Amino acid sequence: MCLGVPGQILDVEESALRLGRVAFGPTVKEVSLACVPDAQPGAWVVVHAGLALEQLDEEEARLMLESLAELEAGWAEEGP
Amino acid sequence: MKYVDEFRDGKAAQTLAEAIRRKVTRPWTLMEVCGGQTHAIVRFGLDELLPKAISLIHGPGCPVCVTPVALIDQGLAIAAQPGVTFCSFGDMLRVPGSSEDLFSVKSRGADVRVVYSPLDALALARENPDREVVFFAVGFETTAPANALAVSQAKKEGLRNFSILVSHVRVPPALEAILASPRRRVDAFLAAGHVCSIMGMEEYTPLAAKHCVPIVVTAFEPVDLLQGILMCVAQLEEGRAEVENQYARLVKVGGNRPAQALIQEVFQVVDRTWRGIGAIPDSGFGLRDEYAEFDAARRFRVGDIGGPESPDCQSGQVLQGFLKPPQCPAFGKTCTPDHPLGATMVSSEGACAAYYRYRRFEPVG
Repeated sequence: MCLGVPGQILDVEESALRLGRVAFGPTVKEVSLACVPDAQPGAWVVVHAGLALEQLDEEEARLMLESLAELEAGWAEEGP
Repeated sequence: MKYVDEFRDGKAAQTLAEAIRRKVTRPWTLMEVCGGQTHAIVRFGLDELLPKAISLIHGPGCPVCVTPVALIDQGLAIAAQPGVTFCSFGDMLRVPGSSEDLFSVKSRGADVRVVYSPLDALALARENPDREVVFFAVGFETTAPANALAVSQAKKEGLRNFSILVSHVRVPPALEAILASPRRRVDAFLAAGHVCSIMGMEEYTPLAAKHCVPIVVTAFEPVDLLQGILMCVAQLEEGRAEVENQYARLVKVGGNRPAQALIQEVFQVVDRTWRGIGAIPDSGFGLRDEYAEFDAARRFRVGDIGGPESPDCQSGQVLQGFLKPPQCPAFGKTCTPDHPLGATMVSSEGACAAYYRYRRFEPVG
């Protein structure tokens, strides 16, 4: 039910519902961007029930993935 | 960054599983709260990557599953009325009420539609002024802003033929109920990432402190879930009980303020009954008095309708983590997705549906 799908904003119409087109791979849907007032075309958002919940932060995603490499590096020092 | 493929990487998952193996020294039981997480764990077999000392149990994180029979019966009564267009997420159509489901009502000629968003139902109301358009507003905090936006917009537009049947539930009071139970088994929670993207993390801090339980806000892909498990295990092994954020790429500590403002404008906190669990104080949202005209239960006077739950369905035990789906005597026999006894077998996020889909040929263990 709380399924959220990441998609990239294609365009935004500045209105009460702040509707915009969001691309989920090859599928494009109209979504309300009312709760992400700063999000502009090109930004990634997670969409649930026709509403963008929040913007995705690429820097945070990269940091998380890099932390996994650091785990393995730590083991190399401490051994199996 | 595509935000999916990177978080399904098999090598990263193996690294995290190894990190968990190195960290764990004794048995721990973790509960994932969200049904989306349950499905990912069972689908990708993440539990089978973990050391035997780690048990995952599945929580009440499927709002369709916890919607009481009485509310389903109220929805059925509204949908059967002439002049009504009844809109719902697809998940609800096969959920059994006390005697039938929305599909049965539709097959007798009722106008029951599956929509993807409450805003689609709002558009139907705009386009069909001679129909009463009702949306079945089921969901956790994640879905509340979309429903609030639809109601707020209907009021602004003066749409008098739109209403919602509200069955909104809140996660923290359910966690409190699970933690306060004398049968408590949970040592740590993977909290629901999308709920927290709206509400933030602050309302979990008192829970973690009071019950000495680590709570890690976690996303939904395999790498995310394994990292959330690692963060829980690290806290448990180190004797900490804090609220941490695995899903920092989406979840902010304070949550989404515009979304919270929408919820505040339209909804107020109310007591709710959870299917199979019972009444939990302050565990839901209901419409504020200023928006009472959009309350379908009042408009159609169905508030008193409601039958009993199936005595054969043990979903209450499943939803609290006391029973795994294959341990239920009805699982896969008298209860299947085509003929479900309860919502956990039919919702796309129900734990019974996950085991039926991915594990039904495995021995019960």
